[in-house]
Amino acid sequence: MFTLAGIGFTAPWLLLGLVALPILWLLLRAVPPAPVRRRFPGIALLLGLTDDDHQSDKTPWWLLLLRTLAVAAVIVGFAGPVLNPDNRLPGSGPMLVLVDGTWADARDWPRRIDRITAALDEAGRDGRTVALISLTDLPGGDLPFQSADSWAARLPGLTPRPWVASDGGVTGFTDRLSGSFETLWLSDGVAHPWREGLLTALEQRGPVTVFESPRPIFAMKPVTYDEGALSLTALRAAPGPEQAVEVTGHGRDPSGVERELARATVSFDAGAVQAALALSLPPELRNRITRFQIEGARSAAAVTLTDDALKRREVALISGRDDRESLQLLSPTHYLEQALQPTADLISGSLEDVLLANPDVIVLADVATVTGTEEQAIVDWIDAGGLLLRFAGPRLAASDISRDVEDALMPVRLRAGGRSVGGAMSWGEPKALRAFAEGSPFFGLEVPAEVTVSAQIMAQPDPNLADRVIAALTDGTPLVTRKRIGQGQVVLFHVTANAEWSTLPLSGLFVQMLERLAVSTRPAAPSAGDLAGTTWAPDQVLDAFGRVGDAGNLPGVAGEDLAAAVPSAATPPGLYAGEDRRIALNVTGAEAALSAAVWPARIAVEGLEHRRETPFKGALLALALMLLALDVLASLLLAGRLTGAGTTKRATRGAAAVLALALMLPGDGQAQSPDASPPDDDFAIQATSEVVLAHVITGDKQVDEVAQAGLVGLSDTLFQRTSIEPAAPIAVNLETDELSFFPFLYWPITPDQPQPSQEAYGRLNTYLRGGGMILFDTRDADIGGFGSGSVNGRKLQQLARPLDVPPLEPIPADHVLTRTFYLLQDFPGRHTSRDVWVEAAPADAQTVEGMPFRNLNDNVTPVVIGGNDWAAAWAVDSGGNRMFPVGRGYAGERQREIALRFGVNLMMHVLTGNYKSDQVHVPALLDRLGQ
Amino acid sequence: MTAAADLRADAEALAAPLPPLLADAQHLAHSVMLGAHGRRRAGAGDEFWQYRPAMPGDEARTIDWRRSGRSDAHFVQEKEWQAAQSVLLWVDGARSMGFASDKALPEKGARARLLAMAIAVLLIRGGERVGLSGLGLPPRSGPVQLLRLAAALAADGDAPEYGAPESRGMLARSRALFVSDFLGDPAPVVEALTKAADRGIKGAILQVLDPQEEAFPFDGRTIFESIGGSLRHETLKAGDLRARYLDRLAARKAMLRDLARATGWQYHCHHTADGAAPALLWLFGALEHDH
Repeated sequence: MFTLAGIGFTAPWLLLGLVALPILWLLLRAVPPAPVRRRFPGIALLLGLTDDDHQSDKTPWWLLLLRTLAVAAVIVGFAGPVLNPDNRLPGSGPMLVLVDGTWADARDWPRRIDRITAALDEAGRDGRTVALISLTDLPGGDLPFQSADSWAARLPGLTPRPWVASDGGVTGFTDRLSGSFETLWLSDGVAHPWREGLLTALEQRGPVTVFESPRPIFAMKPVTYDEGALSLTALRAAPGPEQAVEVTGHGRDPSGVERELARATVSFDAGAVQAALALSLPPELRNRITRFQIEGARSAAAVTLTDDALKRREVALISGRDDRESLQLLSPTHYLEQALQPTADLISGSLEDVLLANPDVIVLADVATVTGTEEQAIVDWIDAGGLLLRFAGPRLAASDISRDVEDALMPVRLRAGGRSVGGAMSWGEPKALRAFAEGSPFFGLEVPAEVTVSAQIMAQPDPNLADRVIAALTDGTPLVTRKRIGQGQVVLFHVTANAEWSTLPLSGLFVQMLERLAVSTRPAAPSAGDLAGTTWAPDQVLDAFGRVGDAGNLPGVAGEDLAAAVPSAATPPGLYAGEDRRIALNVTGAEAALSAAVWPARIAVEGLEHRRETPFKGALLALALMLLALDVLASLLLAGRLTGAGTTKRATRGAAAVLALALMLPGDGQAQSPDASPPDDDFAIQATSEVVLAHVITGDKQVDEVAQAGLVGLSDTLFQRTSIEPAAPIAVNLETDELSFFPFLYWPITPDQPQPSQEAYGRLNTYLRGGGMILFDTRDADIGGFGSGSVNGRKLQQLARPLDVPPLEPIPADHVLTRTFYLLQDFPGRHTSRDVWVEAAPADAQTVEGMPFRNLNDNVTPVVIGGNDWAAAWAVDSGGNRMFPVGRGYAGERQREIALRFGVNLMMHVLTGNYKSDQVHVPALLDRLGQ
Repeated sequence: MTAAADLRADAEALAAPLPPLLADAQHLAHSVMLGAHGRRRAGAGDEFWQYRPAMPGDEARTIDWRRSGRSDAHFVQEKEWQAAQSVLLWVDGARSMGFASDKALPEKGARARLLAMAIAVLLIRGGERVGLSGLGLPPRSGPVQLLRLAAALAADGDAPEYGAPESRGMLARSRALFVSDFLGDPAPVVEALTKAADRGIKGAILQVLDPQEEAFPFDGRTIFESIGGSLRHETLKAGDLRARYLDRLAARKAMLRDLARATGWQYHCHHTADGAAPALLWLFGALEHDH
């Protein structure tokens, strides 16, 4: 190849064409621009006019230069200029082509094959023998030096593997090396521990050339579940500038089609090799995802399979006693909730409701009987793969269920009464657990000595009892029994789910047993102990390119091995299926780190950035085209066709502009993202720097003014009489304003106020659930009682329908509102109706020790509804005078005073929560303490 | 005939908003035809003819306030039309008129024919007699004459490169309207106008020009050809000719204006880029009043 100043030419003879350029210059100069023919009636006036100047027919020098440059660019372009031409000298002697053959090779495997082909071709031309070795598929014995042709025929069989060569394997290979040869090492670009030793060994045999692709290497750590969000971590080998990679989650949609279910962008900071992202997905979607992968990274490391660790099981908890007022620690499901809360989605509700949700597990804690229809529904559900987990308890022991005939929902027949051991009224010691037998799902779990059972229900000795016992006490009596129904099973714990009958729920064993039963979700990383005694069969395997394939008939792996396994030929990465669960073995482990391979300076590393031939032909031809386009414009300009009016001119001008635009190099077409509007900080600061009362803007100017004035009056009263010192009230627009700043909203009802939007209702419901209170005021208690179908009443119903309002009751005489600050009997505003409604007390709330207060739960009532037009009674104008008359004379002033006192009580109730209701019990508490 | 029908329809549309036009009857006696007095219809004259309710378009000064004062409505006193004027039109049909510099613009000839036809519509509606100069179509009144005029104007035949006014067949003391671009040889124009003035004919000359002819927006090496192709002029720098061309055009306009002043005619230059209605209004004024 002819080389000139570092630039080679593939067709140097074409450069002789440059000699012709001066001739072209002369020719172009001699020919004036072509004339334009125009029809013009005014020619009669032109006749006889002669040109002053005869010089303008020559083409101007700059146009000539432009054209000459364009032609020169064409000539040089076709001569094929190449930067860094490849002038390799032929080698001699045997050559070793070494391939790492790992998952990192897969990202540009075709290029590697091309490189190997090129190396084989070259070796073939030079008559050299070649050995082609993949480090993940090492042959035994000496290096197989053969002719290049025979290797070329076998090249399609060479594939990368989804694992990395082991240290031992490479050391063995290094020991077997002999003779001298040249090495071409196609490195995968990742640092491996054996890299240096192998390089040293190869260099002793001959020169080593390394080929490395500059394409970035990505890997993805296993996805973990952390506090409601999936934690995605991406790795890259080389720290570089900021970079964002797309991560997609794949799984089957409800119709069973594999598709992309989630997509997120993980951003590497500049210089960082690791990037994390917390991805929050709906549980239904999250449970469907089977793998995450980095988009565009074609390698097994960029794929991470998710196993059951991400699948949050839906567990329905149903207990026989539903007394929310009783003590938490005695609740039958307390320990179950504690054990399952971190790892499963709990569902509560009635049995019918729960069955509709089709949970994975239904837990019946001390539930003796279910209705016939429910039983059939449960059996069907178990048949389809459900797990019914039952716990014994006093009710079950006292019932006749499964006494004579085995109940469909019981694994065994039960003996009446159960037994109690080691208690105050019984002989003997509490029983310990027997070690779990082989075949039991609990096999391999350590039995702590401190777990004792003091009471249990007993199984009738039936022929099939022995098969159904999966855990027993030291005396052989069953502790856990199981029966399979269809694809599902019924499991009965013969003790309670709380600590009344045994200490089992207090121990870690309880959680482990629930895990083994697949009630709760397996922790992210199984330890060898967790998997002891189990066998796992590969279900799906990953290939090096990150594709998921069927495992075929690969042999099973023992659980202990699997727990400690790294991907290798024996344990290929993929999904391993056990009895009830699947465990993923990913290429990139949770502790994995990725770093780029570092080569000593003496090693020539071949790659994109080194000695890459850069042909200039395209660029030069494009330059020539651009110059010619400029020439078109310039010629039009000279010929007078680019200025002035006229259809033909306009058309040519348009065409020229289009031509020029089309040849412009494409710019960076990134759209600028619009600046996010700054949050309304002023409003937030105003609303939160002090306690602020707020009212809802109804759109009726007068009502809004009265509401504002009423809250001003109430604020003044609070300021004077109590330690609440509110700032000026704020009018709240439900559509735009943040509600969570306000402890209290006053909402007057007008017949024609607009219905809030869906988003506004969403915020209102959040507000109510988050402890906010809304005082609805229909302002019409003078013309109709509450709920009597007044216009405002109907509007209130319409407005409140989408709201999450609890059951209501007329305010009882002993409600805490009657005595949070003042003692009140009724709650007048401008009107004196007694119809004021608050959240109903729970049905099972009891009056405590004759005290007039109910033992209500913590919540302040989220709504107070009435029609007494309180704002009008509270309202003061700017001078501090009352805006509206209330009642007549002294009685009216008294009514206004009571109205203000109601406002004070209401605000106290809102701001102090259950403190005031608790205070009522102080005498009783002191009494109990023996004071 | 469709071209003629279109021309007629366009002209009617253009003339519709204007009140009937009566040519000035200054020299009534000379052009009056025998027995033409007392036409038994409203028109210009001295004798009372009738009162009629005032209509939009009537000038305020025409309202008869004495009659109107006796009722709630306004009335116009109409006089009996006593005589008709003859108006002769000459519209240049030469090849140079078939030029339009832009698709959006009408050809000069089309605009000229439209204006002539529109003024003819107005004149005929006013009871005047309108004809074409030359021997082809003598002046007559009545709507049928409009059809003949339209047909004659729309007829195209072998035309010369530049037109010359036809002064034959013009009645003495009548009125005339010449419409052309007047870019050709000015000698026939001078001759025709002088001859017409000698015979007591007064009228208007309307020069219709394309905006490109007014601006000469050319540059570079150009070969100019006449519309017929018989004339040709090559220049290497069209831009240099612009000033001299414009000088010549201005001289031509000045010559026409002076000629018109000398002969008692009126001169106006109209560009096809402008609307036709102002030109028609000018024609209305030029033919209505005595100057």
